[in-house]
Amino acid sequence: MDWITTVDHKKIAILYLIAGGFFFGIGGIEAILIRIQLMKPMNDFVSAQVFNELITMHGTTMIFLGVMPIIFAIMNAVVPLQIGARDVAFPFVNALGFWTFLFGGLLLNLSWIMGGAPDAGWTSYTPLSSSEYSGTHGVDFYTIGLQIAGLGTLIGGINFLATIITMRAPGMSYMRMPMFTWTTFITSAIILFAFPAITVGLVLLTFDRILGANFFDVANGGNPVLWQHIFWIFGHPEVYILILPAFGIISEVIPTFARKRLFGYSSMVFATILIAFLGFMVWAHHMFTTGLGNVANALFSISTMLIAVPTGIKIFNWLFTMWGGQIRFTAANLFAVGFVPTFVMGGVTGVMLASAPADFQFHDTYFVVAHFHYVIVGGLVLGLFSGLHYWWPKMFGRILSETLGKWTFWTFMIGFQLTFFVQHFLGLMGMQRRIVTYLPNQDFDLLNLVSSVGAFLMGVGVIMFLVNIVITTRKPVNAPNDPWEDGRTLEWSIPSPPPEYNFKQTPLVRGIDAYWKEKMAGHTEMTPAEPVGSIHMPSATPLPFVMSVGIFIAGLGLMFSKDDFGNAFMNGLFNNYIVVIIGLLITFGAMALRSLYDDHGWHIEPEDQDEKGVRT
Amino acid sequence: MMKQWQVAKRILPLLAVFSLLLSACGREDLSVMKPQGPVAQGQYDLMKLSIAIMIVVLIIVFAIAAYVLIRFRRRAGQNEVPEQVEGNFKLEVIWTAIPLLLVIVLAVPTVQTIFAQGEDLSKDKNAIQVKVTSHQYWWEFTYPQYDVTTSQDLIIPTGKKIAFELKTADVLHSFWVPSLAGKMDTNPDGTVNKFSFSAPNEGVYRGKCAELCGRSHAFMEFKVKAVSQESFDRWVNEMKAPAVLPEDTQLAEKFKTNCLSCHAVGDQGGPVAPNLTGIGGKEAVAGILLNQREGQEEGNPVLDNMKEWLHDPQSVKPGNTMPNPKDLGLTDEEIDGIAEYLANYKLDYE
Repeated sequence: MDWITTVDHKKIAILYLIAGGFFFGIGGIEAILIRIQLMKPMNDFVSAQVFNELITMHGTTMIFLGVMPIIFAIMNAVVPLQIGARDVAFPFVNALGFWTFLFGGLLLNLSWIMGGAPDAGWTSYTPLSSSEYSGTHGVDFYTIGLQIAGLGTLIGGINFLATIITMRAPGMSYMRMPMFTWTTFITSAIILFAFPAITVGLVLLTFDRILGANFFDVANGGNPVLWQHIFWIFGHPEVYILILPAFGIISEVIPTFARKRLFGYSSMVFATILIAFLGFMVWAHHMFTTGLGNVANALFSISTMLIAVPTGIKIFNWLFTMWGGQIRFTAANLFAVGFVPTFVMGGVTGVMLASAPADFQFHDTYFVVAHFHYVIVGGLVLGLFSGLHYWWPKMFGRILSETLGKWTFWTFMIGFQLTFFVQHFLGLMGMQRRIVTYLPNQDFDLLNLVSSVGAFLMGVGVIMFLVNIVITTRKPVNAPNDPWEDGRTLEWSIPSPPPEYNFKQTPLVRGIDAYWKEKMAGHTEMTPAEPVGSIHMPSATPLPFVMSVGIFIAGLGLMFSKDDFGNAFMNGLFNNYIVVIIGLLITFGAMALRSLYDDHGWHIEPEDQDEKGVRT
Repeated sequence: MMKQWQVAKRILPLLAVFSLLLSACGREDLSVMKPQGPVAQGQYDLMKLSIAIMIVVLIIVFAIAAYVLIRFRRRAGQNEVPEQVEGNFKLEVIWTAIPLLLVIVLAVPTVQTIFAQGEDLSKDKNAIQVKVTSHQYWWEFTYPQYDVTTSQDLIIPTGKKIAFELKTADVLHSFWVPSLAGKMDTNPDGTVNKFSFSAPNEGVYRGKCAELCGRSHAFMEFKVKAVSQESFDRWVNEMKAPAVLPEDTQLAEKFKTNCLSCHAVGDQGGPVAPNLTGIGGKEAVAGILLNQREGQEEGNPVLDNMKEWLHDPQSVKPGNTMPNPKDLGLTDEEIDGIAEYLANYKLDYE
């Protein structure tokens, strides 16, 4: 019950981590099934229909329900601590963001047991995703599930923007913010501008499918290419929503374990902003083969290539952060160090893809599959592993086993390279993506087998990480404030895990890497910026949970509003939108309750602050 | 200057080895890395340029990374705090400028190739015009200059530019012959795409659908067959000749009522389903069941493939719209008879 009503950012972080981990597991199982199917030519392990459902759900789940929530978990756990805040700007809204994400994700995955998963690819290109060509409820689960989950992301992003703008500790100017907070800030800004696009797209597609609109139907004056534009105007920035937080994590981990401040901090900030800006200018490079014309292809080619410049700045800055340092190879740092060359591999193939005429050959082949897995798995997932190993003691007060962590790294890394390096060649040799099987003797057989073996190895790596978590959870909570001894930012100046109110007194920030600066000045803790006083806390409330349940019910109701259940009662309930209305009533009722009932929260008085250090 | 040349001299053999490695990959009729025509060649050249640039980048980054990781490990007893370096303006400018330069080196030929290959040949009298219409899950090719329509095997004369107009009859597909040219999507009416390629050498090249289009996306393959100009002219004439129907009049009647309502042979039948004229001589049945060819191990006899298809079309291409012949009331003998007739229906043009 405590977990359902919580509005504490640290607990919400853990909720995000558990839910994200759960969906990540589902997405991983889907990936393994895909690789089993492709292990040998003309395999019939799964049917063509199931295969299309697997690839669609693997992509959708991993992007929206796997990695994004784990990013949000780390952001929630770390950002308020890094800026010296007691919580996020809107704790209630933060909880709402989590619950809408969770119920959206559950709705999407219910499709496996309720009549067909989405099967039109994670991009759901129309007309394949129209009700004419995708007759099951699969794509409805996609549009409505993602809509609800996306609501949570948008809420979360806005919340982080407000938090970072308004709640930084005294003295923390923008140019003194830790890099991870910077990337969270920029990521949230991208979310704010990109998610409305997918929201609109999903609404239009829902209208086409459920209410018989014609936005994407040529015969009635619509245009399917419109969907591609809407999708990629969201979809390309989405890539940067994913990778920028990883950049932030790497920018925290590498300086800590090299015992040096980040090289070229201001150019890192500048590069991050530039990447975000360019990220909105390049969506049509996903559509070179759609036939946009020579001028558009040329312009989008060049703008895409330009992204290599700020990314290059980042790579070299990381390398030169380590130059002259004293590098310790902890598990967290292994992942960070492994990230750099792997991500560079993903980056260079990105520039290759940017060349439109060459992209005519690369597009929709395994070369592209290899490229974006190098970016998302080799970049983001390695970054997440690094961040989780790094901040685990801060989140849970227990240090993950280093030995198991290193084993995880090597198994996962080797598995990863085996899986995806060979896929570059599969693509160049003519293997298109999203095919359920392939004819023998096309030189695809061996490389596909290698790729599948690598995927199993990656699976073993992930299992090792889970084992590590289970073992660690049984250890006592004894991590020191600054377990890596070279922590540089504010979160390492308070206990692990932090008390409910984070900072007893808001710290005073005197420069970049505030805690490191104090340590170098011979202090053991931060200089406070305020006297000890009564701390105001928000009340726990089940309303965010109830609101999300309402939306979930309304979504299900809308989806089945045209179905014939062969039962007058059910038909009456669904076909007259009664279920939708009940769901919305629940949500709006909870909203009204929230508005009408004034909750002022509660206070922790100074005399309670020592023993009130509630352990999360 | 001398020093830079030294570096280049070290990298060049590496590139040579790498391009050898690349060109060893895949089949000539399928691999992007073994281009068989000028369009694919131009795209491959661009790839080689970008791969070369990127390998140089990778070598530099990997070298710095390896050096740093080995040289600056923390050693036992190392307790003094390393110097906290803020940054280095000169270095940062350098690694902003160099990538920018590399991008320009790649961007210039990219733009040139885009405009060179994006030329519209649809009004060119010397080019062979082909209208491609994609269907779930087969390809229809119409030659408006010759008033001929065929399916699955695209016959083209060597050396001639083929100007394509691409559209789809249902969902999006993508027309791709890797060894001849990059892919191009087939959109519905209103956004018809145009592009062109040519094949200097005779041969059969494998084509694929590259855009997820439903359950049988993987099985939506086709072949491009480049033949001499004379053979091509003969093929056009053969295509325009009156239909050859089964000799057995009863079977012919069955074939007419059951198959020709959708399919066409010669001057008879309808345009809804793949044109069957000369189907016995095609490279594959249903695009995916390869037929045996002389001097090649792959494939089954065309009759076997035809029977496999006609006895259960759904097992070969799930989700296709062809009714099962058994459901149309045809007996097994009749199906076999039609399979035999179709397998022997070959055009003599090669």
